[in-house]
Amino acid sequence: MAATEKQPITFAGPFNGILTWVDERFPLMATLKSHLTEYYAPKNFNFWYYFGSLALLVFVLQILTGIFLTMNYKPDASLAFASVEYIMRDVSWGWLIRYMHSTGASFFFVCVYLHMFRGLLYGSYRKPRELLWIFGMLIFLCLMGEAFFGYLLPWGQMSYWGAQVIVNLFAAIPLVGEQLAIWIRGDYVISDATLNRFFAFHVIALPLVLAGLVAAHLLALHEVGSNNPDGIEIKNNKDPKTGIPLDGIPFHPYYTVKDIFGVAVFMLVFAIIVFFAPELGGYFLEYNNFIAADPLRTPQHIAPVWYFTPYYSILRANTVNFFWIDAKVWGVIAMGVSVMIFFLLPWLDRSPAKSIRYRGPIFKAALAIFIVCFFILGYLGTQGVSEGKTLVAQVCTIIYFLFFLLMPWYTRVDKCKPEPERVTK
Amino acid sequence: MSDKPEVNQGRRNILIATTCAGGAATVAAAVPFVASMLPSERAKAIGAPIEADVSYLPPGEMMRVEWRGQPVWIVHRTKEMLEAVKATDDKVADPKSERKPAELTPEYARNEYRSIKPEYLVVVGICSHLGCSPSDRLKAAPEAFDPEWKGGFYCPCHGSLFDLAGRVYKNKPAPDNLKVPPYTFLSDTKLLIGEDKKA
Repeated sequence: MAATEKQPITFAGPFNGILTWVDERFPLMATLKSHLTEYYAPKNFNFWYYFGSLALLVFVLQILTGIFLTMNYKPDASLAFASVEYIMRDVSWGWLIRYMHSTGASFFFVCVYLHMFRGLLYGSYRKPRELLWIFGMLIFLCLMGEAFFGYLLPWGQMSYWGAQVIVNLFAAIPLVGEQLAIWIRGDYVISDATLNRFFAFHVIALPLVLAGLVAAHLLALHEVGSNNPDGIEIKNNKDPKTGIPLDGIPFHPYYTVKDIFGVAVFMLVFAIIVFFAPELGGYFLEYNNFIAADPLRTPQHIAPVWYFTPYYSILRANTVNFFWIDAKVWGVIAMGVSVMIFFLLPWLDRSPAKSIRYRGPIFKAALAIFIVCFFILGYLGTQGVSEGKTLVAQVCTIIYFLFFLLMPWYTRVDKCKPEPERVTK
Repeated sequence: MSDKPEVNQGRRNILIATTCAGGAATVAAAVPFVASMLPSERAKAIGAPIEADVSYLPPGEMMRVEWRGQPVWIVHRTKEMLEAVKATDDKVADPKSERKPAELTPEYARNEYRSIKPEYLVVVGICSHLGCSPSDRLKAAPEAFDPEWKGGFYCPCHGSLFDLAGRVYKNKPAPDNLKVPPYTFLSDTKLLIGEDKKA
């Protein structure tokens, strides 16, 4: 479109001139319209729809606090631990910035897990949103990497031994594993070289990839349109004159206002934790990480941060050698598959209804059992090992996988209710 | 596109060739970046053998020394502890150190006690599962993880158990026994770890 064909901007008072000048050279109004004021989202969003925008907010917070942390942090094995304590004690407001960053990491996962659960509830991964779901899963993987790399940086005991265990997961890969682990570490043990490169991944590489994936996630969302708690397509019922979905409302101002309310509540909870319980009883910041890394001693009790514990439980639930492969390799495979299997959800789910509101009792029960197992695995991952606990973890691991593997069957035989034509409530 | 008559096949071929050459150049350019992440010359050079004096190590106790950034344990085993090693023969996965012997157990340690001198156990204290350093539970006493515990090592990460010769228990996540590093006795109570007589 030639610049001269555009309409001058008339609503911005004293800024009409400058906005018109910009709009003739950059698709400002067109972008704002297509993504905000004329992006029509279903009118029946509920509580669960807060967590996408909140995850975005936490992402921005992490970048912001991260920038200021790097101003005082030293990615050097002999200085790192002390530089974090320096930030905590001597840098003005350093404790606040650091606690915001560490609490933000946990809240990122809180938001993302609830966001994913929303997807499970309302079938948001179903056609035509498969690619949207895949972008989301890639964000989740990236986030796990970001959390893992970042966790080494304080160079505490849990940083060191956590990294040791996770890097050694790669060593379990047959043939090339050992070399791969050495390549990742840049040394034969976790060392200064490892810390330095994890710093590079944590502050440059992965944040850039994450930002790109978030953009792709949003673009894909705005291409196919948002799902809703009824799991029906609002694009099927458009106003014949305007072409606007009858059940759609413009994202701005309706959902920007809703999301700002969500932000206010979120920030309140966030502030309470940052100010009064930044360690959250060892769940957000583990006590052993206040001890500097000691390559000669693994702490008596070692567990990953809460957001990794379900997968960690699955890893150590494998204690039997099958066929000619070690239990260790099976554990690593099971853990990898337990995360990756989410990618397949759009194709495993064969239910005629998307939303849990219209699905039959089997899916509801399956989802409930899956969530319970996920929590049990998460809890067990924070605990030491005993025979009884391992047995429970094994049972939960099997149920975890059955939820996915049996899904094509039980979603097809499940008795669904008919979906409505238009969104309800 | 390709079935349209106006496609200039010569130009199309040059385009394909250029794209392939560009792709190959890009892959080649990635090599130095990937290689830069391998251990540096300095990292490779560190790894000299170390000496350890065990004259002050009382029977039944253990000491830790650092070799190549890893913990090496030296346990002064008592008679009872050596008996306990025999008693766990049927509980451990590889009682005769037959798995990966070249990597895990030097020739002079391929015996019941996995050591040169029965009373001194020397092993790298890194679990063969995922690299944690197991905790010492040297005393024979009932433990949460094994009510008939004969003494040995317990890995807090994933619950693997090792006996007093560093042999892994059956059906635990760790696949292999603890590694016995190359070592030799310089005198009755002085050890050289990281090098043996052949080297």
